[in-house]
Amino acid sequence: MRRIYLDHSATTPLDPRVLDAMAPYFSEIYGNSMAVHHFGREAEHALETARETVARLFNCAPGEIVFTSGGTESDNIALRGLAQHARLTDRPFTIVTSPVEHEAISATARQLRDVLGAALRIVPVDHFGRVDPDDLRATLQNLPANGIALVTLIDTNNEVGSRNPIPALAAIAHEHGALFHTDAVQAAGQFALDVQQLGVDMLSISSHKFYGPKGAGALFVRQGIDLVTSQTGASHEDHRRAGTHNVPGIVGTARALELARAELPETTRRLTALRNRLIEGALERVTDTQLTGHPTDRLPGHASLVFKNVESNLLLMHLDQRGIAASSGSACKVGDPQPSPILEALGYGPEWTRGGLRLTLGHSTTDEDIDAVLAALPDAIAQIRRITAHA
Amino acid sequence: MTNRTTGPDRPRVVVAMSGGVDSSVAAALLVERGYDVTGMMMRLWSEDCGEGGSNRCCTPGQMADARRIASQLGIPFYVIDTQDVFRQTIVQFFIDRYAAGETPNPCLECNRHIRFEWLLNHALALGADYLATGHYARTERALDGRVRLLAGLDRGKDQSYVLSVLTQDKLRHALFPVGDFTKPEVRALAGKFGLPVAHKHDSQDLCFLADGDYRRFLAQHAPDAVRPGPIRTRDGRELGRHTGLPNYTIGQRKGLGISAPEPLYVLETDAAHNALIVGTRDELGNAGLVAGRVNWVSGEAPAGPFRADVKIRYKARPAPASVTPLPDDRVRVRFDAPQRDITPGQGAVFYEGDECLGGGIIARAEADPA
Repeated sequence: MRRIYLDHSATTPLDPRVLDAMAPYFSEIYGNSMAVHHFGREAEHALETARETVARLFNCAPGEIVFTSGGTESDNIALRGLAQHARLTDRPFTIVTSPVEHEAISATARQLRDVLGAALRIVPVDHFGRVDPDDLRATLQNLPANGIALVTLIDTNNEVGSRNPIPALAAIAHEHGALFHTDAVQAAGQFALDVQQLGVDMLSISSHKFYGPKGAGALFVRQGIDLVTSQTGASHEDHRRAGTHNVPGIVGTARALELARAELPETTRRLTALRNRLIEGALERVTDTQLTGHPTDRLPGHASLVFKNVESNLLLMHLDQRGIAASSGSACKVGDPQPSPILEALGYGPEWTRGGLRLTLGHSTTDEDIDAVLAALPDAIAQIRRITAHA
Repeated sequence: MTNRTTGPDRPRVVVAMSGGVDSSVAAALLVERGYDVTGMMMRLWSEDCGEGGSNRCCTPGQMADARRIASQLGIPFYVIDTQDVFRQTIVQFFIDRYAAGETPNPCLECNRHIRFEWLLNHALALGADYLATGHYARTERALDGRVRLLAGLDRGKDQSYVLSVLTQDKLRHALFPVGDFTKPEVRALAGKFGLPVAHKHDSQDLCFLADGDYRRFLAQHAPDAVRPGPIRTRDGRELGRHTGLPNYTIGQRKGLGISAPEPLYVLETDAAHNALIVGTRDELGNAGLVAGRVNWVSGEAPAGPFRADVKIRYKARPAPASVTPLPDDRVRVRFDAPQRDITPGQGAVFYEGDECLGGGIIARAEADPA
């Protein structure tokens, strides 16, 4: 069976050119970047060259890049680091976030509320999953005097693909004396992110989302922001993230980001066209279907749909049996699907919230793949609706 | 079925996997025989990880085992959410029948409504030709196209009793790969296939109970079904109080909490008066029964009375009897020798030698020959 991978928002394959760049650092150049000798200097050179590359691409200083194990750790360092700094300086800490964040943000925020007593404020989202600047302004009223506040809002939503108006939101945060962090895990590699233009104070990325290695990522932290590390140890990453550097992963991160940026215009053009054909075709061929997220202001290769009275788990199974790999915000490997909290936050009713489907396109996606999905989807949906209608 | 099938038009089969030995070996046998196999597991409602659980993706060990075995066999594996339909049909049925003074067998209803209805429909919708399970039973296709249901080769493990509810349109799609083997052979096969389940224990009957204690389950989930009431003799003498009808079984002697000159046994329940009827050993036992909701595996009721061996419980020995079809999917059964524990709610299943002809749900015991 020909297999079609349409789950690039979950992860991407490693680009062979990235693997080539990483390869020497698994074997020939194996030194510990902290060591004084020749081997250590070799590793340190690779590390700092990668840092400069990433910093150049994000338009920041190399010292503002912290290498991490991925998006989740980057998010944790941002939120936890600031919360712990507030604790140490005995200032009240407030987290302002939205109901459609990745769990790396929402679960961390809840834990900081429960463990460190952080105040948690939730700013609502519109039907596309975006935060309205006026709503953020309203949510930021009456912050505690002498406190530290962090607004963390996702750049591009993983489930429905919409982009937040980050520059406007960050500006409003700053007007109220708050810092601004964004989870740009989906956006990195698909948009040309410039932290100055975005106006953010911290930004998280994960390398495997843009054809880099798993277990590697980075956090941009604007100069002057005090973070208290959670992972304590030696002085790596300027005391912001202890642990021996994953040099191959870091080299791969830089190379992958470099390639993504170089090929971005062509990739965007190609994936946007394929995505539009997929969305239009699905809406045309399947009844009781809606596009979720913003129709245009969204990830180029991201198509998210909801099907009325369809359980995503079954849909993913039917598609998988036809060789199509997709995902959903409500599916669950152990058969206990719950309504998607994101779709609920976007205002979808119970007849829709179990029926989300996310098809995310990437380098390997062809016109034929889209044809195959458009042929399989209506039949799979019809089978599921037929069988569950009388159950 | 022993011929190895190959090529792109291989028959497709969905195997209902539980993580246990039998269904794992069933899956392995089908893979070995060349079927295009997909593993599926129903997530059933159960007390310990159903509603109210804090972890939506709780992974009971059985599920992890089944997933691991499917991966070892190189077959896709999916878990489908069956919680609502299972709770509404099987668990509710279990509660309702106990409340009505019966002793239901939920496995019969699960095969009737869930496994060979809900799951079979999902398998067929997925393009499968067959649904396979790890039951110890066999099927045989007769010349006229009908499928006969036969007891498993290992008579000690035979599960055709709980499959007696199947109709031709279900059996046509059913495969029971381990029915041709004895349990020791199945364990040996598990070893041969390298499945990490060869020494696991058999699963218990009531899968939705957290601890296997149905009395506690009823007290907790259906307190109205477990009300104390009188213990009476057939002639109406009140001898004491019972703690709730579901707490007793027909034929039970111990634990009645009454003293009498000779041992007393539970004869029957009187749900209308919430009374437990007891009597002496002489009074125990009935010559016959009437069963309803009868299914004839062949699809047709026999024209008249016939001789059969009848099982009145899953683990009962088949007893010789005459069976008379009645209108409205009912039968009357007359045993050659009285049976001690004819229990309303249990299945009465008819056999002719190896062949399971069908069965019904016991409505009442009958003392005298009609």
